[in-house]
Amino acid sequence: MPLQPAITDLEQLKSHPAIAKLLAWNPAAVEEARFDRDEISIYISRDFIRQACVLLRDNPECPFNFLADVTCVDWLPQEPRFEVVYHLLSISKKERVRLKVRLDGRSPAVDSVTSIWPAANYFEREVYDLFGVRFTGHPYLRRLLMPEDWEGYPLRKDYPVEGYR
Amino acid sequence: MAHLTSIPTLEPVEDRTMILNMGPQHPSTHGVLRLILEIDGETVVRMMPDIGYLHTGIEKTCEAKFYQQVVPLTDRIDYLCPLTNNLCYCLAVEKLLGLEIPPKAQWMRVLLNELTRINSHLVWLGTHALDIGAMSVFLYCFREREDILRLFEMVSGQRMMTSYFRIGGLALEPPIGFFERVRHFANRFPSKVDEYENLLTGNPIWTMRTKGVAKITAEDALALGASGPTLRGSGVDFDLRRDMPYSSYEKFKFKVPISTDGDVFARYMCRVQELRESIAMVQQALDGMPEGPIKADAPKVVLPDREKMKTQMEALIYHFKIITEGFAVPAGEVYQAVESPRGEMGYYVVSDGTAKPYRVHMRAACLANLQTLPTMCEGRLIADVVAAIGSIDIVLGEIDR
Repeated sequence: MPLQPAITDLEQLKSHPAIAKLLAWNPAAVEEARFDRDEISIYISRDFIRQACVLLRDNPECPFNFLADVTCVDWLPQEPRFEVVYHLLSISKKERVRLKVRLDGRSPAVDSVTSIWPAANYFEREVYDLFGVRFTGHPYLRRLLMPEDWEGYPLRKDYPVEGYR
Repeated sequence: MAHLTSIPTLEPVEDRTMILNMGPQHPSTHGVLRLILEIDGETVVRMMPDIGYLHTGIEKTCEAKFYQQVVPLTDRIDYLCPLTNNLCYCLAVEKLLGLEIPPKAQWMRVLLNELTRINSHLVWLGTHALDIGAMSVFLYCFREREDILRLFEMVSGQRMMTSYFRIGGLALEPPIGFFERVRHFANRFPSKVDEYENLLTGNPIWTMRTKGVAKITAEDALALGASGPTLRGSGVDFDLRRDMPYSSYEKFKFKVPISTDGDVFARYMCRVQELRESIAMVQQALDGMPEGPIKADAPKVVLPDREKMKTQMEALIYHFKIITEGFAVPAGEVYQAVESPRGEMGYYVVSDGTAKPYRVHMRAACLANLQTLPTMCEGRLIADVVAAIGSIDIVLGEIDR
């Protein structure tokens, strides 16, 4: 299966259930969408991520009732620097969708989705631990893998592979 | 979800309760899991898992390696199913590259993955039974596990950290006599599963320790991100091998065992039936194994045969280039999920167009499954905590990465 060029035109992607639902609700929430290698990514505006997640979870046609993963990518030196990535799965429709939120590098913060999917608890703590992205509204935002008194965020690109020493 | 808002502290919260520290060095926590339990007599009021004791920073290490050099790192994540990790990573990079994998390599991957599943479930069954007090099952399980490890050694030269899959196919042609040995094992194995079941399924002590213990509803399991047998034990019929097939799983016939009780016994039954389904799939893979090459036709990505390197200039150049400067992967991102013995294992690989991955993230099935543990255990006895930990089949290497 040779690679097809990515589709980034929102008009062509309207038929996807997640995008259709989000556009019908609030076109301003969807910044960009991308269909590449059979996977759909939707860039959501930072302020709307919580509501967008509620909407997608409760969508009767295609309920994304399973949060598979939350992670982050550091695009240093670009601004906005961080991309928080949510992978949602609809168990009944066997569909996946990837939501992304762009965050600036100075004080990255985004609303927590823990109240929507309790599964996000550890995932968001891990992102906070390794990237320093704050999740507002998280019930227990503390380091998960690194020691409590660790300095710095190891998965950031400006953190050396060997660590500071 | 009371445990989400509770803060772990070693000070007791009420007069009646006390804090009990369990782990990280505790034989029944299957590694270095630490649990902070607030107990009222023998009853667990609150539970807080504390993890990170095995954190090695594999995700960061991956960013400093060439794509092909990441494969041996993936073995070390979930050390009970190294080949499933290999497969998941290779599938993700192959998707990024747009590579077509020849059928024989795909079927070999299925064959070895199902053997890995059996291997992992045997360790789970043995240690789980050992935790609850059935010593002999452990010895029986490790007897068969030894056979599987010998098969892995035969095909890859390694018993545990196999690294047998490569981006674009397999490392080596399976050796002469390999399939006969697998068939010999596959013919014998179903009677061994009967043996385990004879020891446990009808055993009154086993059923008393597992039935109705550590229950979780389907809604809670889904909300907490549980997958694999932990989810299917609560009655959610979802298996990635059947529902979102990869690596020719769609060509295999198998049932997905589910159970609706949501207790330790339900998860036990799911896994034991999976042992039978997996060995049936191994048989199918042996019967239908296609002929042909084991590597994709992509000289810039797949290392050439040794023989060609000695005779053809071009093959030697490709080999030199792949080893010294890797191969560039077109920019993009991929999330590839496979059904590991523990649930949904996912690799999220981001490429920026260079020869090293920009970001590799592993979605650990165990990390999400661990979140169900407080819901299962709060309000129950301490002895049930041990049964509950065993029933979610925890591997700390995967949780901490």
